[in-house]
Amino acid sequence: MSEVVSRLRKPLVSKDRTYTEVSDDVLSVIEKPPGHLWKICISISASLLLMGIIVVGYQVSTGIGTWGLNKTIGWSWDITNFVFWVGIGHAGTLISAILLLFRQKWRTSINRAAEAMTIIAVMCAGIYPIIHMGRPWLAHWVFPYPNTRSLWLNFRSPLLWDVFAISTYFSVSAVFWYIGLIPDLANMRDRAKTPLKKRILTIVSLGWSGSHRTWHRYEMLCLILAGLATPLVVSVHTIVSMDFATSIIPGWHATIFPPYFVAGAVFSGFAMVLTLLIILRKVMNFEHYITASHIEAMCKVLLCTGMLVGLAYGTEFFIAWYSGNQYERFVFLNRAFGPYAWAYWTMVVCNVFIPQFFWLKSVRNNLVIVFIISIFVNIGMWFERFVIITTSLHRDFLPSSWAMFSPTWVEICTFIGSFGLFFTLFFLFVRFLPAIAISEVKTVLNYAKHKDHHE
Amino acid sequence: MSNKYLLGVFHDEHDMIHAAKALKKSKIVIHDIYTPFPVHGLDQYLDIKPTRLPVVTLVAGTTGLVLALLFQYWVSVIDWPINVGGKPFNSFAAFIPVAFEITVLFGAFITVFAFLMRSKLAPVFSSGIMHSGATQDKFVIALAVKDASFDTQNTSKTLADLGASEVSIREVK
Repeated sequence: MSEVVSRLRKPLVSKDRTYTEVSDDVLSVIEKPPGHLWKICISISASLLLMGIIVVGYQVSTGIGTWGLNKTIGWSWDITNFVFWVGIGHAGTLISAILLLFRQKWRTSINRAAEAMTIIAVMCAGIYPIIHMGRPWLAHWVFPYPNTRSLWLNFRSPLLWDVFAISTYFSVSAVFWYIGLIPDLANMRDRAKTPLKKRILTIVSLGWSGSHRTWHRYEMLCLILAGLATPLVVSVHTIVSMDFATSIIPGWHATIFPPYFVAGAVFSGFAMVLTLLIILRKVMNFEHYITASHIEAMCKVLLCTGMLVGLAYGTEFFIAWYSGNQYERFVFLNRAFGPYAWAYWTMVVCNVFIPQFFWLKSVRNNLVIVFIISIFVNIGMWFERFVIITTSLHRDFLPSSWAMFSPTWVEICTFIGSFGLFFTLFFLFVRFLPAIAISEVKTVLNYAKHKDHHE
Repeated sequence: MSNKYLLGVFHDEHDMIHAAKALKKSKIVIHDIYTPFPVHGLDQYLDIKPTRLPVVTLVAGTTGLVLALLFQYWVSVIDWPINVGGKPFNSFAAFIPVAFEITVLFGAFITVFAFLMRSKLAPVFSSGIMHSGATQDKFVIALAVKDASFDTQNTSKTLADLGASEVSIREVK
């Protein structure tokens, strides 16, 4: 049997691998006891998580007066962090759903980790509004159920839309991710050495046999879920943006918000995917699966969405001037030249200027620089939300109400704690579940190659 | 009740496809084929009809949409109308975001449950597993041994001749 290899198309897996070797590469890492590096990483992140839990306990028991909010600035770090984490989630769905619909085969080796990131990021996001309620033990009041208060919900409120959007997004993403895991869990089950492992994996793999009749439906199911998740992911950040856009605060009350937020979400999410995957491929020896061309493709997405975000910044300014509304004009001039100008220009530099380096192929192929730029984008996108939320509020209509915001140690520790939660869950994921979709990678193993068969 | 299956295990998917084609030509009914990843083009040898999952999604999604709109209307207009900022009780446009989310939620979850039921996938099942290699690198053709009329010996030989590296009988409860 001779093999024909394309010279024009690069293979998606850069080393010749058999099917067994693919399973070995991905699963051997989680089949042997954890290494020192993993133990160190999880210790650090779990410590941060523990600190976060203590601080959350403190602010819930004391009250959210422990935050730096004041009468003028009623939303700041809490909602900034909420939008930041929700936004990060979007890249996972983009990779797993939208790229599936577009039949972008390179997604196969990164979609599992990116989707895990989505689910974890949405969990981190959920913490903030729940704490902000002040009485988180009554959080279930946001769902419409027959209750002794005999009250329903106000379905005209964008905050309620958010409840439905985020909870639907979380549950659909989690199910989509789990469905994708089933064939790989079955592979783990059939390789399991100890009876306990085998028993657990038999339960969670739902009796998957690899039947073609099932595969046939499975592929359709994935396509349907991708088709549902695609408008869903757009709706989520659209609705998050409506938390602001349906208000009458200058700087928030803008029709550009939904597309602007969705572009920003994809931008920040891809930055976080890059940050995580550059580390993951190195630590777990996935260099042949998450190749330089994967990183390059993600850099291009970052470049494109970064410019979309830049366009939105420009459009906002133009419309503020063109509207002739003195309050709109004031808010935008104040953003760029007022007391929070440092935050505004940090945002512009990180999100609009720094990603321009990705025009150069040499930059896209230099992992260290890509990693550093991805960190800058993460920072820039955090500042974007801070700028939108805080600068629009801190100059109220009445100059006597003007105020500044500074976070308290409680808010800072909660934010660090949410990173603790994020990384703890991510490290647990890479430790116990296959971080690469094995069965999907097997389908693209022979991409750009053709085995010559004589029948 | 136990069913017997004759398994032909292949190392190469092309050999397996070739064998499936040959079996179909000689009018031997293939029960199922087990593969580590979806191999396309096998449906013709298994006589698989297109799946009706998209219909399930359509019906489920539409149900979600209608229920969500009716519920919001009932809550806001009939059961407990509240004047919020002078907006009409039937603020139809404001009901769309939640209606959309419920459409997606119903569509996704009901389709997933339909898939799991139709494919007999549940935490309690493990009897359908034919060959432990079929989730990693083996391609397994299973033929149902229905009654005494099934010529096990000859069929085993045919499978081996077609390139099966291993031919075995598996009983499933």
